[in-house]
Amino acid sequence: MINFQYVRASTVKEAIGTLAKAGDGQFIAGGTNLVDLMKRGVTAPQKLIDINNLPLKDVKSDKTSITIGALALNSDVSENELIIKQQPLLSMALKSGASPQLRNMATVGGNMMQRTRCPYFYDTAMPCNKRKPGSGCGAIGGYNRMHAIFGTSNQCIAVHPSDMCVALTALEATVTVSGPKGSRKIPFGDFHKLPGQNPEKDNILQKGELIESVSIPENDFAKNSYYLKLRDRASYAFALVSVAAALSLDGQTIKACRLAMGGVAHKPWRLSEAEKFLAGKKASAENFEQAAKLSMAGAKSFGYNDFKLKMAPAAIVEALSKASGLS
Amino acid sequence: MKDLSSNNKSIVDGPSRVDGKHKVTGKARYAAEHPIDGMLYGVLVDSTIAKGTIASIDSKAAEWAPGVKAVISHLNSPKIPGYDDKFYGLKVFFNNKVLFYGQPVALVVADSFERALHAATLVKVTYNKDKSETSVDKNLANAKLPGNPRMKDYVRGEADAYKKAEVSLEEEYLMPLEVHNPMELHAIIAHWLADDKVKVYDKTQGIKDTQESISKTFKLPQENVQVIAEYVGGGFGSALRTWPHEIAALLGAKKTGRPVKLVLNRMQMFTMVGYRPYTRMKMGLGATKDGKLTGITHEATAQTSRYEEFTEATVNMSKFMYKCANANTRYRLVQMDVSVPTWMRGPGEATGSFALECAMDELAYKLDLDPLEFRMKNYAEVDPENGKPFSSKHLDEAYKLGAEKIGWYDRNRKPASMKEDGMLVGYGMSSGTFGAFRWEATASARINADGTLVVQSAVSDCGPGTATSMVQIASESFGIDASKTSFILGDSALPPGPTQGGSGTTSALGSAVFDTCLALKKQLHEIAAAEQDSPLYQSKFEDVKFEDGDILLSRSKKVAITDLLKKKNVPSIAVTLESKGNEELQKYSMYSFSVHFAKVHVHPLTGVVRVVQVATVADSGKIISEKTAAGQMIGGVTGGIGMALTEEGVFDDRFGKFINNNLADYHVPVHADVPHIDTIFINKPDPIINPMGAKGMGEIALIGFAAAIANAVYHATGKRIRELPITPDKVMGAEV
Repeated sequence: MINFQYVRASTVKEAIGTLAKAGDGQFIAGGTNLVDLMKRGVTAPQKLIDINNLPLKDVKSDKTSITIGALALNSDVSENELIIKQQPLLSMALKSGASPQLRNMATVGGNMMQRTRCPYFYDTAMPCNKRKPGSGCGAIGGYNRMHAIFGTSNQCIAVHPSDMCVALTALEATVTVSGPKGSRKIPFGDFHKLPGQNPEKDNILQKGELIESVSIPENDFAKNSYYLKLRDRASYAFALVSVAAALSLDGQTIKACRLAMGGVAHKPWRLSEAEKFLAGKKASAENFEQAAKLSMAGAKSFGYNDFKLKMAPAAIVEALSKASGLS
Repeated sequence: MKDLSSNNKSIVDGPSRVDGKHKVTGKARYAAEHPIDGMLYGVLVDSTIAKGTIASIDSKAAEWAPGVKAVISHLNSPKIPGYDDKFYGLKVFFNNKVLFYGQPVALVVADSFERALHAATLVKVTYNKDKSETSVDKNLANAKLPGNPRMKDYVRGEADAYKKAEVSLEEEYLMPLEVHNPMELHAIIAHWLADDKVKVYDKTQGIKDTQESISKTFKLPQENVQVIAEYVGGGFGSALRTWPHEIAALLGAKKTGRPVKLVLNRMQMFTMVGYRPYTRMKMGLGATKDGKLTGITHEATAQTSRYEEFTEATVNMSKFMYKCANANTRYRLVQMDVSVPTWMRGPGEATGSFALECAMDELAYKLDLDPLEFRMKNYAEVDPENGKPFSSKHLDEAYKLGAEKIGWYDRNRKPASMKEDGMLVGYGMSSGTFGAFRWEATASARINADGTLVVQSAVSDCGPGTATSMVQIASESFGIDASKTSFILGDSALPPGPTQGGSGTTSALGSAVFDTCLALKKQLHEIAAAEQDSPLYQSKFEDVKFEDGDILLSRSKKVAITDLLKKKNVPSIAVTLESKGNEELQKYSMYSFSVHFAKVHVHPLTGVVRVVQVATVADSGKIISEKTAAGQMIGGVTGGIGMALTEEGVFDDRFGKFINNNLADYHVPVHADVPHIDTIFINKPDPIINPMGAKGMGEIALIGFAAAIANAVYHATGKRIRELPITPDKVMGAEV
């Protein structure tokens, strides 16, 4: 870890301005991932701008949506009564992530910005196109148990590790960001990107932009939501495969459906084909299996993660069954 | 308000840990926590190739970095007199050879940890890289008989007799590489008091071993090496020997003339302090149609390093666990470009028991017998390996108690036949065994004029609660309250105690404490009996009792020990003596036994396994301290859950390096993985092994456990998973 400057910002404007001037700087909130990355020498910003004093911690609701400040803690959001009542999928996803200690530090914005946990990314002695473009991908042909089966490229097969983001993708949230050129809104599903030929970029955030909040539009999924996370131990492990399932039911008929997966791609993986297929159909094991099958089109595995081709559809069926009350 | 006080009892009754308060309040001082004036900090630079030579080391930038006092490598290391031709193991900073990925190639010493850490990143090392081999599976053809003569092939009766049996089974089992990962990182503070005199604060399970090892390596008189290990935050075998980083810290201190602290990081815990070797096994079992074993064959191939051979008793349990005329074992090693493995909890016996106890379950199902009934049909009353009687064996009773506790006979034995809340339900059982030993040990006991009793020995306590048990032995012997009794450990200047490993501490040290207290009591009685005005004048030792600080012949005829010392005008009386087993022990086979029962839930679709109930029974002779013994059983089972379901060290063979070398990716069980664990003790004293009748306890808590889970998964699903750990993908992918 090399020496760096540390400053605190107290307004969004000040934070953005400081970063713009810093050249090589980074915002720090909970720091649960950034500090690790700095310790391992994966990243070495010259200046850290602490944004914890920014007034972005509240969870507010109006008639059409709930807005969560970027600095709201993962633990606070997961326990928030409004979230539990109206958007239980998000609460479930948050509670399945990391450990209570980490959730007490980690923020919503930080959760979105966390980097992949690919072991080749973390080890500076290993090749990794995400850490060092052009150095190669250690995971292709290496130990890729945790890696992607959708949307991979010949440059990178890493996955985004978040659970929260999978739920927010399914819930069609909107991200509000501010930067030197003003503020803009980004649909959550567009925030993270696929690796393509520039895996060093995880998302579409422009240099100097700061996440201010995330808004979830009103929906009627509260009664039939489920976040399923399959992992190698009962807690404090990243997803092998996870599924966020949200249904709007009229009796046994699916009026609307949202599905997204975690642990399978460089970004939360929305299952649009399955959603379309299920709309208007009966909530039944057969339909769920068909939806799972449709979801697997284009999947590609890399050896150690071959099992995901079988586990992913099983997880989709199980999450839909749980969400619909079938099991 | 409801009175909850009656429910507020601890799980197990009995005295609590004597050091518990210090541990939970932070008063306990571990190796790295001793403040020493003028201390420097060492950080190791590790190799980034698995095999080859160091071409160059550029340490200029590091040497010029602020606060840096020295950069040591093979280019400038002080010579180590003990690194001669007879030295066996890795010689740190000795030459330019790289023998495994993560080998220490340089040490940076600076005036703060942060400065040393930063400077270590500035050391530029270049290599000439050779092709490395780290895959056992790809190198099985190179497996060889170990050099260790005790590891030769064993045959009783006919070899491979299972092949001719009426009912037989031949299957392969895999124990992956596992890493100890105690919470406390390995750490040492090395402090040269003179050119030929050194004091170290070290994480070690063997104080005397470390003292001997350092004195040999630096050719120092043993008494010039003092080793302090007052508290050890878990070891599991990783601190049973002296490792290169300890020597490196001693070199750093020598070179700078200042005390040097060196603490490994978590990644170094995977490469520098050993691990359980990856082991492939083949089991052959044969039986008659009515379930009498006719042949047991156990073969194992394990990894070791190229520079040092490590062997363990992987196949030994198969020689004596069950009555069978024909048994044979083969043990082979594959040398790899890896650091040397070492004993890890339960060591080889835990690895081997997975194969044997799974195979027993598989054959029981083939024979249409209850796995417990099958084991009882082949119960060994005498040791089949040597014909000797067991010093004590209550395994049959343990089977019974465990079966009752878990509800074994209430289950439907048919695989995949039970369901609960949408989950498949499985019950599994297994047994374990480990040698019970009586090593030599020395303790001293001192009774003070104020009535307090102090017992001492040079041992360390890596967690089982040694001080607590020793206080209990001493206080019971003297009839003095435990609060007035203390046990001092953790310093090589004390009388020589045993290394804490192989479940041998309570037997060895407990005997020494027992015998020393007895000798001290005799001495006290002798004084009392010699005094003409004493109520005990001319009494015999056999006729007196020690109670509440008194020596008493009868209620009216007694002497307070405090009065005796005051009258003699001495502040204290002490006895030091060595205790060891006699030849009588050779007539017996001495083993501890355990039985594990587990109930699991398996998700029918996703293959996720959850352990929902465990009953584990120990036949380890008399239990000295029920609370700490229960703690060890719970710890062993937790380790067993890790072995069964989550733990696996993975290499990327292209680079020859560990790929999951941190606690986020190497999965030890978390609380959510561990269910309620019932611990049951037979608690019958062994009449042979030692005066207390206590056998060992630590290893048997783990040995066999993973098989109980694998067998339960089979019962739940009809799927046999023979390669650990049993992760959801394996359960999903396996054929019924």
